[in-house]
This record gives sequence, structure tokens and C-alpha cells, in this order.
Amino acid sequence: MDILRIATAGSVDDGKSTLIGRLLYDTRSVPKDKLDAIDAASKRRGVDFLDLSLLTDGLIAEREQGITIDVAHVYFSTPTRKYIIADTPGHFEYTRNMVTGASTAEVSVILIDARNGIVEQTARHYAIACMLRIPHVIVCVNKMDLLSYDHARFDNIVAQFRTQFTALKPAAQRLDFLPASSLHGENVTRSSPHMPWYTGPTLLEMLEVAESHQPRHFAARMQVQTVIRPRTDALHDFRGYAGRISSGTFAVGDEILVLPNERRTRITRIQRFGADIERAKAGDSVTILLADDIDISRGSTFCTSDAAPDARRELRARICWLDRTPLENGKTYVLQHGIQRMRAKLAHLESILDVVAQTESANPAALKLNEIGIASLRLAQPVYADVYADVPTNGAFILIDEWSNTTAGVGFVL
Amino acid sequence: MMKNSIAASPIFADGQAQAAAFPYELADEAIYILRETAAQFERPAILFSGGKDSIVIAHLAMRAFAPARPPFPLLHIDTGHNFPETLTFRDRLVAELGFDLIVRTVQDSINRGRVREESGKYASRNALQTVTLLDAIEELKYDACIGGARRDEEKARAKERVFSVRNEFGQWDAQRQRPELFDMYNGRIAPGENVRVFPISNWTELDVWNFIREQHIALPSIYFAHERDVFDRDGLIWADSPFINKTPDEQPYRTVVRFRTVGDMTCTAAVRSDATALDDVITEIRSAEISERGARIDDKRSEAAMEKRKRDGYF
Repeated sequence: MDILRIATAGSVDDGKSTLIGRLLYDTRSVPKDKLDAIDAASKRRGVDFLDLSLLTDGLIAEREQGITIDVAHVYFSTPTRKYIIADTPGHFEYTRNMVTGASTAEVSVILIDARNGIVEQTARHYAIACMLRIPHVIVCVNKMDLLSYDHARFDNIVAQFRTQFTALKPAAQRLDFLPASSLHGENVTRSSPHMPWYTGPTLLEMLEVAESHQPRHFAARMQVQTVIRPRTDALHDFRGYAGRISSGTFAVGDEILVLPNERRTRITRIQRFGADIERAKAGDSVTILLADDIDISRGSTFCTSDAAPDARRELRARICWLDRTPLENGKTYVLQHGIQRMRAKLAHLESILDVVAQTESANPAALKLNEIGIASLRLAQPVYADVYADVPTNGAFILIDEWSNTTAGVGFVL
Repeated sequence: MMKNSIAASPIFADGQAQAAAFPYELADEAIYILRETAAQFERPAILFSGGKDSIVIAHLAMRAFAPARPPFPLLHIDTGHNFPETLTFRDRLVAELGFDLIVRTVQDSINRGRVREESGKYASRNALQTVTLLDAIEELKYDACIGGARRDEEKARAKERVFSVRNEFGQWDAQRQRPELFDMYNGRIAPGENVRVFPISNWTELDVWNFIREQHIALPSIYFAHERDVFDRDGLIWADSPFINKTPDEQPYRTVVRFRTVGDMTCTAAVRSDATALDDVITEIRSAEISERGARIDDKRSEAAMEKRKRDGYF
């Protein structure tokens, strides 16, 4: 069985949590005791319908304020596949939590309130989906029931979206539009009787066929997490390199290049879950054994010998800042690329993006919480990263504040 | 009865994994997280309760570091109110898989005056074990504790990160969680802080059971239908035991039940069930109207019971 990871985004009160509640409810993924509990809570709050948003707003502060503050992960499945939804916050001040939730998504569902049309948060969330290169974006124009299911209004929003964001959209991104009412469950899992002019698939039908695997043409990459040495008499010479393949495939007999040593060798065995296999693919956690005795430790990288990433001592990257302490020129951070960490210095903050106007301004003084810009970094040791647009799983990094240890920013190699 | 885990069932050639009911990428993810925990921390440990989720964690650790031994001991915080079947099972699992077991008891915390026993009808040691856990973390200098909590269990758990940083008092601060991007886990902490690690965050109850079935993992017998002395309270079926203060009208009777989740005897209710085999259990869960933690007495104290306990340093 495979898994599809979805992130929902949208402004406050666009009905995200209700949409997710609807998916869970219609696929019978909510047990009766949980439904009874939200029924009682809905009545306490004085609403006369089942408030499905109460399913996901799990924190006391969220229920008090009626908003989503942090990502909630929600699970449901159909006979086709298992779904993981990251229900992300709509408020501007919680953008960093939205980025957290969206980073692993294969599909981004962006909600628009049909009455308000495209708002600032729509631009921000779509810009983030494009920056993360989420392969499939579904724009869900919600609350159509409040506009008498007006066909012209939907077409207007779609046309405006396409015009306004042409420059942002990566060529490979699939972009779909959908008119819906999550409150009444129209076009979520069932077609709407009120919108005969929409003949496309429902949201669930789109999700059932969405692509959940990374493209097969990516070059093979794996960072070594740890070296496995049993140190017993029987397994005295066993030396396995444990890691999770981030892209491509590795097979027994393949010639690989080991970095930073730049040594070529051959794979003699691959183990997954403790048993031998012939071939492993992106996403598999494996232990690899090699023909030659090479000095390999945590952070070493295995890759296909004919398509290796370059060693970079400098990086130019798109950065999204996630911390209250701003990113400033000259400051040092700990950069984590995959599992490898090194010191990095911010050499030059090149520009800052106005996500709404989609313009870049040169030489900003700092990048503050939730702001996006382009910067160059100098590294204490080489990193074997790819350009994010080419191999996303080897092209992103985080910046860690050396003093607070918090994850302060995320970068995408340009 | 307990089959050893590692080579028992190789369901991971490409085609077979597709046909399996369990999505194997969840096991790859969990193993990646366990290896990160081993690499990023100096003294990590697995929090072992004897429940199915922590049993799955132990088996995943075996697979993550095979053929070497997992670099984690098992830490059991013992309330003293265990189901006897769980303790027997625990000792056999430790012996057969070769883990080191460390036990710290709530009774000892009571004897040392660190906590006071609750009184009355609903007396339980569930809340007290947080103190025992935090004392154990400090005494044994653990910087990472691996737990089997899952996000689908409960709405506060649905909000927690995989690497959940706790302060010196073990507290979870929901509003100050670190962003967790892609699969880049940041376990850097200051002295005194520690991290709770949840490798099976993205598993559902059904995923756990399918994994147990496909990987032939043994469980304590109380997960399957059996005859037991029980009594009714607040619409739930409670196991009769000397640890519970029954009122005179709470009369025990014998019936066939099983347990869907296993805490200690004072906080876990039974469900009526005829499911004696794994396949029956899975069929039963698929059609169940009541959620897994619907039988957790500890969650029923209030709507925010779990979030409040996590703020106090709970698992």
C-alpha cells in the first residue's frame, strides 16, 4: 500500500479544518465516540451543525481562539491508499508552521473563500508551495454555497489566479482548480447537485490518482547515518553503512562514488529490515556493504558514479526565515544538509521577496520571521548538495541557531 | 510462542511490499528516525511499557541496527499496577531480543516522598509516573527517550513533532515547537534539556496491527480475547484487581474481553470481544465504532487531559 502526503493551506476561516473533517467523515474515518464528542462540543459552542473543525484543532489555545496554530497530522485511508494530511495554520504569524507541514507534501490543497477571492495569504501559500516545488497543487474555491454556486465567480477566480501567478509556477507543477462547499460536502467526496457546470473530478477523486513517488530519473544519493559494526566473533568483519536512500536506486553490483573521499567502489550487499535484497529505491532505509575498505563515517555520501553532486564551499540559496531573531549578514549558523552539519556564515543577503507583488528588493538589512529572500553562505567544509530544482531531496538545508539551537531557517540551493 | 523477529518474514521485495496491507515506507521512516536518534544523542533509551506500540519500537530497533544490537536500553516506568501478563511478556522479550532492561518504580518514588498516592474511587498512579520518569531521566542522564506515541491516538499528540524538545522539567511547550522540515531532524539541545523521539508518529492503530501481523511479532496475551473478572463503571469495563477501590455496588463478574490499549490496570478499560487471533483483531478494529483511546480512563479526566499531562512532562 502506498502513502500520499497532503498539505492544506489557506487563510483563516477559509474552512480548511472543515474540509479535512469532511474528508474524514465521508470516508468513515471518524469513530463514533469522537463524533459524539464533537457533536456535544458543537452544541456547547452554540452552532447547530457538526463543527468538523473540532476534529483537528487539538490544542487548548486553538479551541479557545477558534483558529489553527500548529500543524496537526490527520490520517485516513481508502482501499486505494493511505493519506497523511498536514493541516497547517492560516494566520500569517504561523507561516513557519505552515512551511513545516508542507515540506513533505506531494499535494498542496490551497483553499480560497469564494466570497473573498485571492487574498494575501493565497499568494503567500502558493509562493511557498512553488518554493518547495510540491509537484501537484489543487486550488479549492470553497464556500460556493454562500454565492449561490455562481459559475462566473469561480471562472473569475481561476482566471485571476492564472494571470497573477504565471511567473511563480514551476513548469513541472500540476495545477488544478475545484469549486466546493466543504460545509455541505459538495465536490469533496461527492459531486455537487448544485454545480452541474463543473464536470471535473471531486477532491477525493483527484487525490486517489495523484502521483506519490518522486520521478525515477533522479540520480542515486544516500548519506551514511551510522556505521554498523557488530563486533562479535561471528560477524567480526561485518561493516555496513546505514542510511535512507534519498533519490534514485542502488543495486548489488553497482559501481558507486563515495564522497568526500572521491573513491570508487562496488556494492556487494544491500540489507533492508535486516534481510538481504538485490535492489533498493528512494525512501528505503538500508544497510549497504562495499567491496573495498574505505574510510567512511556519518555524513559520507554514496552516489551514482557518473552523476555526482559538486563539492560546494559556497551556496547561493532561496531562504525562508522561521525564527524571531532575524537572519543578518556576517552571522554564523549551523547548516544541516540532510544529516550532515557544518558551520556556515551568511556572506551576503542579496534580496528579499515581496510575495504579494512578486518583486525582489536588493540588499535588505535582514530577513525577519516568515520572510523569504536570496542569500549566499560560506561553509566551513564542502557540502555535496544538488540544485533544489534538479534533485529536491538533496537540495534543501536548514539553518540552526548556534545559541538557542532552534531551527531558524530553511534554504533551497539555487 | 514468541518467534524471533529479524529473518522471520521477508516481505520487502518490491512487488511483495505493494501487495502488503502495511505501507512499508512507514517502517523505513521509523528506522531512519531510530538511526538519527542513535547518531545525534549520547545516551538514548527506549521507553518500554509492554504495550504493542513500544513492542513494535523494540522490533524496529532490531531491524535498524541488524546484525548489531540496538544501541538503546529499554526503560520501564513501573507503576506497580501492571497486568501480570505484561510483565511476563516483557521479561521474555528482553531475554530473546537481548536488550538491557532498566526498571524504575513509582513505589520507590512514593517511598522517597517524591509523590503521594492518590485516594478515592479513581485513584491511579498514571499521573505519578511522570515524576518517576523525570527522576529516571535525570539519574540515568538520558538525553533522548524514544516513545511509541502516535499522532492518530489523540488530538494533542497530533500536534507534536517527531523530535520533541523538552526543557529541564520535561515539559512540552506546544506553542514553541521547532519547525521540522523534510526529514532533517534537529536534536541539538542545551545541557539539562532532553528530547522525546516518536518514530511511529505517522502510524495508525491499523498500521501497527498490520505490521505485527506481517512481521509475525508476538504480543502479550491480554490483547486477545480471554476470560477475566471485570466490573462496570462509567460505561466502561474495568479489570478487577486489588489496585482499584471498588464501591460496594460494583460487583465483579466473569466475561470474555480483550484490551485494545495497555497501560496499567487502573487506567485501561477492556472491550467485549471474541477476537482470539490477529486477523480477528484487525477485522474488529476496521469496523470499530469506538476509537482506540476511548477505553483509556486516563484520557477521560478532561477534554485537554493529554495536553495538560504533556505540559507536565508526560510521555
